[in-house]
Amino acid sequence: MVERIKFSLAAPVVAIVVSILVGSLVLIASGANPLAAYGEMIRFGFQLETIVNILNRATPLYLSAVAVAIGFRMNLFNIGVEGQYILAAFMGAAAGAELAFLPGPLHVVAILFVSMVTGAVWAAIPAVLKVTRGVSEVISTIMLNAIATGFLVSYLLAKWADQSDTTLNIQTKPIEESGWVPSLNGVLELFTRDIRPGTELYGFLLIAILVGVIYHVGLKYTRPGFDLRASGENPAAAEASGVSPKSTVIAAMLLSGGIAGLVGLPEILGRTHNFGLQFTRQLGFVGIAVALLGRNHPVGIAVGALIIAFLDSSSAVLQVKSDASPEVVKIIQGVIIFTSVVAYEVIRRRQAVDEARSAAEALAQPSPHGSHGEGAEPMVDPAKQGGRS
Amino acid sequence: MTAPTKTRNGQSDPIATTPNRPMILRVLEETGKARWLLAFGLIVVLLSITEVASGTTDLASTGTWSTALAFAVPIMCAGLGGMYSERAGVVNIGLEGMLILGTWFGAWGAFFWGPWGGIAAATIGGALGGLLHAVATVSYGVDHIISGVAINILAPGITRFLANELFVSDPEASFPQAGPGGSVTQSPNVQGVSSIDLPFLSGGWGTPDLLGALENTEWLFVSQAAGILRGMVTNLSLLTLLAWALIPLSAWVLWRTAFGLRLRSTGEHPAAADSLGVNVIKYKYIGVIASGAFAGFGGGFLVIELTGIFKEGQTGGRGFIGLATMLVGNYRPTGVGIGALLFGFTDTLQLRDPSAAHGLLLLLAMIATLVTAYYVYKKSWIVAAVTTVLGVGFFGAYLFTDAVIPQFPPALPFFAVLLLMIFAGGRLRMPATTGQPYRKGDH
Repeated sequence: MVERIKFSLAAPVVAIVVSILVGSLVLIASGANPLAAYGEMIRFGFQLETIVNILNRATPLYLSAVAVAIGFRMNLFNIGVEGQYILAAFMGAAAGAELAFLPGPLHVVAILFVSMVTGAVWAAIPAVLKVTRGVSEVISTIMLNAIATGFLVSYLLAKWADQSDTTLNIQTKPIEESGWVPSLNGVLELFTRDIRPGTELYGFLLIAILVGVIYHVGLKYTRPGFDLRASGENPAAAEASGVSPKSTVIAAMLLSGGIAGLVGLPEILGRTHNFGLQFTRQLGFVGIAVALLGRNHPVGIAVGALIIAFLDSSSAVLQVKSDASPEVVKIIQGVIIFTSVVAYEVIRRRQAVDEARSAAEALAQPSPHGSHGEGAEPMVDPAKQGGRS
Repeated sequence: MTAPTKTRNGQSDPIATTPNRPMILRVLEETGKARWLLAFGLIVVLLSITEVASGTTDLASTGTWSTALAFAVPIMCAGLGGMYSERAGVVNIGLEGMLILGTWFGAWGAFFWGPWGGIAAATIGGALGGLLHAVATVSYGVDHIISGVAINILAPGITRFLANELFVSDPEASFPQAGPGGSVTQSPNVQGVSSIDLPFLSGGWGTPDLLGALENTEWLFVSQAAGILRGMVTNLSLLTLLAWALIPLSAWVLWRTAFGLRLRSTGEHPAAADSLGVNVIKYKYIGVIASGAFAGFGGGFLVIELTGIFKEGQTGGRGFIGLATMLVGNYRPTGVGIGALLFGFTDTLQLRDPSAAHGLLLLLAMIATLVTAYYVYKKSWIVAAVTTVLGVGFFGAYLFTDAVIPQFPPALPFFAVLLLMIFAGGRLRMPATTGQPYRKGDH
């Protein structure tokens, strides 16, 4: 167990060390002092307001990564989270503005429902195409991303834009206050000093945590979760034991799309209260990276999301305090993603080699009956030995 | 008495043994190359009918097709890049990222060393992206999709950083900077290369403008065909010419050289290639790096030839459309070229003439009708039903609207690829081991 933890931590640690080194080189090349720059980032990053910003940034990333991870567990590449969440957030915002007659919590629930259903429906298209026509979900989701964001959302946004808005902004009608998710500033301030106005901790953080718990429990302790993991790890064995691969693909994509539907809502229900051109994009793709960093594990994903969010939020200080450009964190993030996937792969190969070797050693031992004295030693369990480095 | 269906050595001729196939299909299968001519003829006829019916003159004009030819280049380059990579067995969805690298390097190189230097820098920049993908996928066996996604995330980060360092004026900088006029998200303007008109075909170098004369005749079909052809030889920048030369060049390299055979063999059956002494790892590297170089070239072209400036986000998914043309083109250079040209055409229409874009709906309705007829003949009733619905939808949209939704033409390639994957996906023939990791000693 300890060995396993060591293994799963080795890759991210290597990734972070390498990316800090690469980041330093880039900083030096651009004429800045890396130690000073990192120092500023850490000092700024641990201010209360920055921590709130980090959590706000990490919340949608976490949801996006969970959506991707559900697919990964089933060997499905849901590259379409990008299109699913943008379309879902747009539909949620548009519906939320029309549903103002609903009382408080019901209004929020209705928006969540609309968004999750939209995400799930959009994710159902590649799922159905995969099981009926054998179309690779990678290709179909790339195309559907472009159709959702470039065509549907931009067309509908222009069509349904708030006509009463006299500024040049193109955005949906505002959602009434009953549909907002209140901020958690009050709760946070019980433990800390007052947060400066203008910074609000998204209440959606709690929903994201809840999603993480459900993801963990559902996957690990329920029958459908077991079926999903089994189909992902050994499709043939799962099918032989009565798990239909087709319905598992559909179920996994629907779930993934449903969670993806939530990704854009922290921003809409917590801050902007409408969908406009400024809406944050790219979260679906970054979510893939976060899921990879966190190895599809709910806690790992949370750590990954916080690291990426920390880099995003704390880099703003670089422009002000030192000569370094804040864009350096984009490179650091990219390098983290790259080195972590390479490191995971190297370690996986190493493990496989070790496992094969220890299995061979175990088999090569004369006999387990203990006639040569060595038998006093317990038989080596190849699976546990696999962790030896 | 020898039956006419037997060839000289007694084997039955597969075409002749099915006498109840329609004449036209038999002719097509026997002539092979003639189908390109036929396809061109079909396009001319469809465009001409649309022009007459919708009263526009811009669907088959020199200007439209000249622009389309240039607009298609970045898409075509990305498609060719994807093809080289997949032929070597590596999926490359990092094309978009490599295209982005090409745009930045192209602008940077063009600022200091002129357009040709820019294109060279763009190609190298893209190739570096390809190298990264090759190291991850070929040497370390990282999943190809994951590596591609990572490159698509990394590339805009790199270009944004570089733009901030090198395009933003900073008097204290110790290195040469491009400017003035640059910012974090864009470069200063850069120059393009000169253009030519081909002699005789479109009147370059004082020769008569033969196609131009034909285009002006206003004879149905002839005028349109001349317009399309003239678009491809008029006001042709040397860079566009070079880019389109990559298509025959790639076809020659892949199917007529030992190098091409080895490259393809590493994608079809790496173990067999290895057993014959082909250095599989080396060829996979070459394929993926070439892939990046092509995409980088496309990015450089976008900056130097089409926009004259580097702007963040200017690639607009062209890398993905390129990937799509590779699929539509069935992993072949000619297919990639034709696919890219059609996608370039839909891009162009919306920009040049919204009323011509409206005519596009009629064109789509006619294409849907033809496809329906084909599938009725094939007795694929479900597909025929779907295409009928599409055809009626397009025709209805043509009749009852005055202008096409402006967001529709740019999205057309994505719809087209999705439909193609649904209905004809089984006919595409991808390299056998695409997407699988290979290590020496694997079988």
